[in-house]
Amino acid sequence: MTLVRHELRQGKTPFLIWTASIGFLLATCIFLFPEMKGQMDSVSDVFASMGSFTQAFGMDRLNFGTLIGFYAVECGNVLGLGGAFFASLCAVGVLSKEEKDKTAEFLLTHPVSRKRIITEKLIAVLIQITALNVIIYALAIGSIAAVGEDIPWKEISLLHLAYYLLQLELAGICFGISAFLRKGSAGAGLGIAAMMYFLNLIANIADVADFLKYITPFGYCEGADIVSNGSLDMTLVSVGAVMGIIGVLLAYLHYTKKDIH
Amino acid sequence: MHVIETKKLTKYYGKARGIIDLDLRVEQGEFFGFIGPNGAGKSTTIRTLLGLISPSSGSAMLFGKDITTEKEAILQHIGYLPSEALFYQGMKVKDILKLSADLRKRDCTAEAALLCERLQLDISRKAEELSFGNRKKVAIVCALQHKPELLVLDEPTGGLDPLMQKEFFEILRERNQEGASILLSSHVLSEIQRNCTRAAIIRDGRIIACDSVDALSRTNAKRITVHGDVDLDSLSGVRDKKASEASVSFLYSGDMNSLLRTLSSGQVYDLTVTEPDLEEVFLHYYEKEGEAL
Repeated sequence: MTLVRHELRQGKTPFLIWTASIGFLLATCIFLFPEMKGQMDSVSDVFASMGSFTQAFGMDRLNFGTLIGFYAVECGNVLGLGGAFFASLCAVGVLSKEEKDKTAEFLLTHPVSRKRIITEKLIAVLIQITALNVIIYALAIGSIAAVGEDIPWKEISLLHLAYYLLQLELAGICFGISAFLRKGSAGAGLGIAAMMYFLNLIANIADVADFLKYITPFGYCEGADIVSNGSLDMTLVSVGAVMGIIGVLLAYLHYTKKDIH
Repeated sequence: MHVIETKKLTKYYGKARGIIDLDLRVEQGEFFGFIGPNGAGKSTTIRTLLGLISPSSGSAMLFGKDITTEKEAILQHIGYLPSEALFYQGMKVKDILKLSADLRKRDCTAEAALLCERLQLDISRKAEELSFGNRKKVAIVCALQHKPELLVLDEPTGGLDPLMQKEFFEILRERNQEGASILLSSHVLSEIQRNCTRAAIIRDGRIIACDSVDALSRTNAKRITVHGDVDLDSLSGVRDKKASEASVSFLYSGDMNSLLRTLSSGQVYDLTVTEPDLEEVFLHYYEKEGEAL
């Protein structure tokens, strides 16, 4: 597990920055809720009458006056986007950075198989994503308790689980891409996360684009669906899991044979 | 046993030539030189031997094992010093040395301390704060600290000051005497001549000569400098001709009687005949057939 430790040390600063940023924004949103709750009746009406914009964010089916309705839209977007960016960046750079920073000659001339390198790097990515989600989940629960609201355990847990799965799927896809890249990778990671986010907004707005929900992991993170159904759409989750796994398999297939320049 | 044995080793990058039909043998305990101009295929050969790139065809065996199927077992016994030493951002030298040892599942603390002392390397500094030469020292310690059976060195002395170069080659000679084999790829011919017993010369992806350094250095050619007016066009065996207004200098490996007859037919005011220096001898291997001849 030498490489896992090494990767975790190397990724410590970005991990702390992303965790602190997402955590801070999420906690701030929660702490704003009691003050906004009283004004929410009129705000909900406004939010519910913004046409496509309302649909895009699922605000037509959620009650902003309740904590879970507010949390699913506001905090969901913070954790959804922030987590997606972190997971994508973390995974898309993990293999390619060795060639980009010219450290591949150092690492790959040690008696470590490419398979082990891929596996340990993947484990390091999974640990970072899991740690971020555990910290954010604890922070969210703590913040809700701190503002004196009842904790909607099931809905909150399902929302966080959905975003965790989303991050794992994006990480799997980006990990696969990372094996093919030799130079800059951040653009690819951010691009994929942003594209997936916008694909979901399009799918929410236009019925004809509903199939996009099968492509983007944001499809099974829709707060309105999770809160109203009380469960995750396992079909979408399964499709997402397959995409993530394909990404990881591609990484193994390509990186074990790749010429390192 | 051959520590390195390649058979018809070939590597193409798409359509671009890397190395072609390379047959190279390095015996156990040899200090072997690998010489060639830029782009000749030295780094491609080394990268293939280390498993960084896969050969297009042919085979490379190290310690009798195939690099494509038993890479990890082979790399356990190799110390590699790249021409450009780059490390992870933010890591201190001591952490890099420990990472390298950990990846080999070895405790190299004592040997690393010894090497750092001899090379005057401060292990508390961060790698990115170090000069090119000091980064090279970190790479040297990484390559040597596990006492490998084979050292693969790619342009090892770039960035090292003369005193450090002397110390570095002293360490290499000690390791060689202890039984380690060394493959030294270098542009610095004097390094090869001073340290290596045998050498191979690579040009355009092919080995064009492989022999003892003494045999490679040996030549019948003389450097002839003539002051006066002589027509050399009819003389064969002339190369590296440098003409000035009053004199002409050339390497001559042809028949001496023909040379004397040609000289006597012209106006010669002064004549010197010297042994060519080593650089000149090796240079003709670098030149393409027909060029500068």
